Amino acid sequence: MSFPWAKQYEPTNGVMQWLDERLPLPRLVYNAVGAGYPVPRNLSYMWNFGVLAGFFLVLQIVTGVVLAMHYAADASVAFGKVEHIMRDVNWGWAMRYAHANGASFFFIVVYLHIFRGFFYSSYKAPREMIWLLGVVIFLLMMATAFMGYVLPWGQMSFWGAQVITGLFEAIPLVGAPIKTWLLGGFAPDDAALNRFFSLHYLLPFVIAGVVILHIWALHIPGSSNPTGVEVKQESDTVPFHPYYTAKDGFGLGVVLIVFSLMVFFSPNTLGHPDNYIEANPLSTPALIVPEWYFYPFYAILRAFTFDFILPAKLWGVLAMFAAILVWFFLPWLDRSPVRSGHYRPLFRKFFWFGLIPCMAALFYLGGAHAEEPYIMLSQIATAYYFLHFLVILPIISSIEQPEPLPFSITEAVLGSDPNAKLGTTAAPAA
Amino acid sequence: MADTTGTATSDMVADTGADGIRRRDFINIAAISAAGVGGVGVVLPLVSQMSPSADVLAESSTEVDVSAIQPGQAIKAVFRKQPLFVRRLTQKEIDEANAVSAGDLRDAETLAERTKEGHQDLLVTMGVCTHLGCVPLGAAEGENKGEFGGYFCPCHGSHYDTAGRIRKGPAPTNLLVPEYAFTSDTVIKVG
Ligand code: HEM
Ligand code: FES
Repeated sequence: MSFPWAKQYEPTNGVMQWLDERLPLPRLVYNAVGAGYPVPRNLSYMWNFGVLAGFFLVLQIVTGVVLAMHYAADASVAFGKVEHIMRDVNWGWAMRYAHANGASFFFIVVYLHIFRGFFYSSYKAPREMIWLLGVVIFLLMMATAFMGYVLPWGQMSFWGAQVITGLFEAIPLVGAPIKTWLLGGFAPDDAALNRFFSLHYLLPFVIAGVVILHIWALHIPGSSNPTGVEVKQESDTVPFHPYYTAKDGFGLGVVLIVFSLMVFFSPNTLGHPDNYIEANPLSTPALIVPEWYFYPFYAILRAFTFDFILPAKLWGVLAMFAAILVWFFLPWLDRSPVRSGHYRPLFRKFFWFGLIPCMAALFYLGGAHAEEPYIMLSQIATAYYFLHFLVILPIISSIEQPEPLPFSITEAVLGSDPNAKLGTTAAPAA
Repeated sequence: MADTTGTATSDMVADTGADGIRRRDFINIAAISAAGVGGVGVVLPLVSQMSPSADVLAESSTEVDVSAIQPGQAIKAVFRKQPLFVRRLTQKEIDEANAVSAGDLRDAETLAERTKEGHQDLLVTMGVCTHLGCVPLGAAEGENKGEFGGYFCPCHGSHYDTAGRIRKGPAPTNLLVPEYAFTSDTVIKVG
């Protein structure tokens, strides 16, 4: 679906005409990311991150397929194979550093994409399905990155696999057999490494499939925008191409500069030195932490140190999964009819002074040692995290008095809209 | 009768008997049942191939000579590709373990229940934290033994006492005591 004023695809020559009648792929592209897709004229750079996430997915697939040509998933050689990629394979070091840092950048842009959603409540009707699919993509990304990190078979790979599959042991009764089943053994070994490689290769393509559904769902209502007021008329939009191909392209250039700086000048900063030590099942590194992008959830996992009806371990695991699953319910927990945080004074305060510091703390604490004061701080931050989504958000969204919305995107951009009757403002969420 | 040339007519499909049951119902149920049984037959091998393979299961038991372990010392051995701690307790450590009443512990067990008769000073446990599976510290010389003088898991801060029992931190149960027996006064056979 698109707006009635969307430009129609016209094949420019006989060949394209012939193709359009048999396989209208150019038409699809034209209507999805071309001049045939009208987009709000006021999108800020916060709307850049979806395209960037797509770019990093492609980058991971390309570099990953290359790495797989030189890698072998056998516990006795895997560590050496990665060193072989680093030292012997032509450009192998570049491929590996691009893949390892690419995973980090993929998560950076996806986190910013998600937080854009939080602030502008992009998850509200009619965009719930886009949001739900997004959360599914995030879960798949976490599984993919976790299994990828096991492949170099260093100390962090091994102990990460041990700790994460150990989570399943918390499930009453069937937990231990499930862990053994997942690993294909009693501890991570060849069987686990091989299946993780198989799935690490598969899941990115599953992600690509869900991304297609995500974009399909997006193209039904079209993008939201910083005012949260829906598109009403042609003057509220511009065609995606050339306006947003240019804007997204510029953003991509900036991100690629930062990415290149990391890959070429600081490739190991985001990793852990322990992973350059080969896996040793008899010795745990002094500090086991996952990759930085899992820190908030790892902090939540470790925050539970006391039994309360259920064992502490089970609480930790439940809370960690709940911390992401709660996002699925966001469209119904936030009851305000107004989308954008710019017009929600109370929400805005709790966002900048509540949720953001809380997430920042969790990011920090997940990487810290499991000692005081970090445990206590993790407990406070975890409590606040759930409080925000389950209590604060539903309450403020029902009691707050939103600020007046502009009549239209055109009015927000130009200061006036000839179609607006004097003194009218848009109906909330209309 | 099957009409291979003509078009199907509604009374061929709706061949309903007096009891309201069509002849086709039988074919539907039979086909779906066969597909269902077949489906289960396909899923079972797909699930089961993930379980430990025969060579993984065939790992032998481990024998450990414990004669050289002095009181206060511990060694790390390997059992089922996982670390095994064998520790000779000092009298003080035994007294400390016996001083607490087992009933107050998260996982109530006495030292006597966790050791063999006549060998109360020899504590044999898996070196696998019951929280998420790290190897606790405390077996090697100079390692942090935690607040209760036994083992300390650095991953998420679980403290085990001198009997390997969980006393503080997220681990739910005591360090596992594997099945083992003394084959002589100085050798144990694990598994
Ligand atoms: C969703 C996209 C992907 C993510 C987030 C991801 C993430 C990761 C991570 C974090 C590592 C460990 C990096 C290190 O420390 O060395 C890794 C390694 C690896 N990945 Fe991926 N990956 C993705 C897609 C792929 C694809 C499509 C392939 C193709 C088969 C692949 C093949 C590999 C291989 C062979 C390794 C081991 C070599 C190495 O460790 O550098 N990856 N991946
Ligand atoms: S694995 Fe030992 S405390 Fe978590």
